[in-house]
Amino acid sequence: MSDSSLDNLPKGWKSVPNDLGSDQTAFKGVQWGKAMMWIFLLSDTFIFSCFLISYMKGRASTVVDWPNTSHVFSLDFMGVPVPLLLIAIMTFVLITSSGTMALAVKYGYEKNRKMCGHLILATAIGGLIFVGMQAFEWSKLIHEGVRPWSNPFGAGQFGSYFFMITGFHGTHVSIGVIFLFIFARKVYRGDFDKGRRGFFTTMKSDYVSIEILGLYWHFVDLVWVFIFAFFYLW
Amino acid sequence: MNENTEIDKNKEKPAQTHKIGIYLWIWGLLFVLSFFSYMVDWYQFQGILRWSLILFFMFLKAGLIMAFFMHLFWERYTLVNVLLWPMTAIACFVGLMVAEAKYTFFSRLIYFVLGG
Repeated sequence: MSDSSLDNLPKGWKSVPNDLGSDQTAFKGVQWGKAMMWIFLLSDTFIFSCFLISYMKGRASTVVDWPNTSHVFSLDFMGVPVPLLLIAIMTFVLITSSGTMALAVKYGYEKNRKMCGHLILATAIGGLIFVGMQAFEWSKLIHEGVRPWSNPFGAGQFGSYFFMITGFHGTHVSIGVIFLFIFARKVYRGDFDKGRRGFFTTMKSDYVSIEILGLYWHFVDLVWVFIFAFFYLW
Repeated sequence: MNENTEIDKNKEKPAQTHKIGIYLWIWGLLFVLSFFSYMVDWYQFQGILRWSLILFFMFLKAGLIMAFFMHLFWERYTLVNVLLWPMTAIACFVGLMVAEAKYTFFSRLIYFVLGG
């Protein structure tokens, strides 16, 4: 950051014990809000890991055949069932929104207010589309008789893991969308250029907030990478 | 625009920005990798091939997102260490639960299927 004394600190492996054993700040040059968001995301990683590990344990220990996700999540396109079609589209939508978010962070730091705002808005709309498709997927499965305790395709545990894991992820996306809209408004209004004080804080707004928001959004995409691999493809 | 690896000494700009090319590259790569992992299901690969391909594409995508979109590649080394070492605890937990799942599975085979 602004501290040029960072250059005098040890580099590489030696920097780790040096930073952690030092006074005042452990993460030298890292804005505190960013460090806090990372630590929150670390705890969230543990929550999602527990869900996915319990899913692995449930699926590996059942003596009934696991439902074939290729067929359960197939969608008819012009009368032909395409396996995992909706899930593939959802994956591409989420990656697209992750890319627009990365660019929003870049334009934010370059103080390009308009581009930053447009890209955050695009990200929010991508998130909305994702949640909409997830709602469609849920209602489709519920119509087909999938319940948390039983389903017509195979092992009864399938439903509970499906609703729990994708529901928790969908909640994260929804919360992210709300914050994206709030921050899009703040960017358009010029809060980060003028250093306007926030609603909950007396501290001045700074474009680093966009990077912190971006960290959360990329994390949501990151979790989807694992859900896509383990729940839908495996 | 500044160089990627150097900590910016300019007090007016608190954080470094990166060339747009790197983001577009990673973005494109993520699309291609997602397409490949979808193809794993499309061509119905089975067994070890399926699982190893799924894991390979998954870790590659996760690594790219974390390193470049989440800027971990340029982040302070201490923070990177504090974030990544706890993942070994998750790996241990996975190992424990694999063993537990096998035990439960064989117990169920013996008592439910074979009838004790």
